[in-house]
Amino acid sequence: MKNKSVYIYGVIFAVLAVAPFFLNPYWVDVLNNVGLYAILGLSLNLIVGHAGLFNLGHAAFFAVGAYTAAILNTQFAIPVLWLLPVCALTAGLFAAIIARPIIHLRGDYLCIVTIGVGEILRIALTNDLFGITGGPNGIFGISRPTVFGYVIRKPHEFYYLIGTFLMVTIFLFHRLENSRFGRAVNYLREDETAAEGSGINTSHYKLAVFILGAAWAGMAGDIFATKMTIIAPESFSFWESVVMFAIVILGGSGSIPGVLLGAVLFVGLPEVFRDFADARMLIFGAAMVVMMIVRTEGILPQRPRTYALPEAQNAGENS
Amino acid sequence: MSLLGLQNLTKSFGGLMAVNEVSFDVDEGAIVGLIGPNGAGKTTVFNLITGNHRSDRGTVRFEGNDITNWLTHRIVKLGIARTFQTIRLFQNLSVLENVLAGCHCRMHSGSVSAMLRTPGERREEKKALDRSLEELSFVGLAGQEMQLAKNLSYGNQRLLEIARALATEPRLVILDEPAGGMNEQETAALIGTIRRIQKRGVTTLLIEHDMSLVMKACEKIVVLEYGSKIAEGTPEAIKGDPKVIEAYLGTED
Repeated sequence: MKNKSVYIYGVIFAVLAVAPFFLNPYWVDVLNNVGLYAILGLSLNLIVGHAGLFNLGHAAFFAVGAYTAAILNTQFAIPVLWLLPVCALTAGLFAAIIARPIIHLRGDYLCIVTIGVGEILRIALTNDLFGITGGPNGIFGISRPTVFGYVIRKPHEFYYLIGTFLMVTIFLFHRLENSRFGRAVNYLREDETAAEGSGINTSHYKLAVFILGAAWAGMAGDIFATKMTIIAPESFSFWESVVMFAIVILGGSGSIPGVLLGAVLFVGLPEVFRDFADARMLIFGAAMVVMMIVRTEGILPQRPRTYALPEAQNAGENS
Repeated sequence: MSLLGLQNLTKSFGGLMAVNEVSFDVDEGAIVGLIGPNGAGKTTVFNLITGNHRSDRGTVRFEGNDITNWLTHRIVKLGIARTFQTIRLFQNLSVLENVLAGCHCRMHSGSVSAMLRTPGERREEKKALDRSLEELSFVGLAGQEMQLAKNLSYGNQRLLEIARALATEPRLVILDEPAGGMNEQETAALIGTIRRIQKRGVTTLLIEHDMSLVMKACEKIVVLEYGSKIAEGTPEAIKGDPKVIEAYLGTED
């Protein structure tokens, strides 16, 4: 079973690694968007999938990262890739400030507040906040990233940049899931009172996971800004938050393969079925309804962690 | 020496006086039972000790620290672990991970060391795993590690809660109706488990309706009725106490 999935992932990885050589720039760019949304989905998955905190305003943190990169790059000519940690910091800080007073809210209440935060930020950006966000036109002229003096311009070059970022994200988040931290946020999702009663500082972990997810979205914002070279408030609408949320819920809450599949289905598939563009929302809506009835945990749900148990205790139950 | 001390603990919900000026001590190494008719305020007393409710008045002292109204996770870290009357396991997680939850407060690794998987983090994980397996075999759940908690029988779920509580390395465990839903054999085994907890040097405070368990296991019994303490003493003294008999059976007139 385990060998089989390693084999499948190996093949997918190999195909994706050489894909740009066989695809035209348009399709490579579609894959770039899939990758970017996969990173965003994975960052939101920490908050929604693992900790069970309903965040429908994730685009706000994405926006904070993108605008941080855009402003610092266009004003001070700081290379965009150097700005990755800065974008993580600003998005994380923004998350800390807004989450501190609202994080204790449950389920639907938290959801509504995060929607509000996302919309407030978008409107503030449109109204040229502090005179530095460029209003509805946004900011243009963001420079391309350079890696060891090599300027990344073309879609297939971005493909490998985004691909690397995605691989690193998967690697780190996989480790995070299988750790004390990962378990702690799962405990609080399952039963907050029991988690607190088992000695887990639940408010600390809620805040920590929220900030971590937001900081990662901020870094994705940096990559987005340099890929587009122009950003505007409309790129960070409520709809973007909904797409990220749906990627997590539909793909599989708390499951890395699930979120990756979700990103493919939500961002890649609509491009494949361009001809049916008019019916897209209808099909998506219907798919969502069906999923919520027959498979609430998502297409590829979270799988139990495995532990190195002595003897053959793992056998049998692992099938 | 008294490990836990309650002084004039009081809590009301709206107009209902749930706990009224309750004071008692739990000596180190003892097994103490808290009994009383339904609605007497026993679970509320537990919730006040473990910080699930905030008290209106009175103090809770543990090993010389005033822990009144502390946050629950700090109280657990200081050394008081509990189980719940209505079982509160992480139902969709494995039995093993439920016990690992208890180990959490004795570990230190954060998100960064998890992502880097530092040697210290690995050592700590290994230690927590070993400890969890020990606690599972201590309560008699060895071999069921990878089952989901919700698939265990009711009695075994109660044992799993005890294992999770013990994994926090407590000085005092508070068991809220540990024998609820258990049959006679399971209850008998539970009494053995409670005695073995005592041998480890862990003090026990428990609520129980099964009088055979209370009389056999406890060295001291505290009786509550309508939120107030009506008696306190050895099982023999409690059995003969007219106020207790009246509370349970009523008077003739």
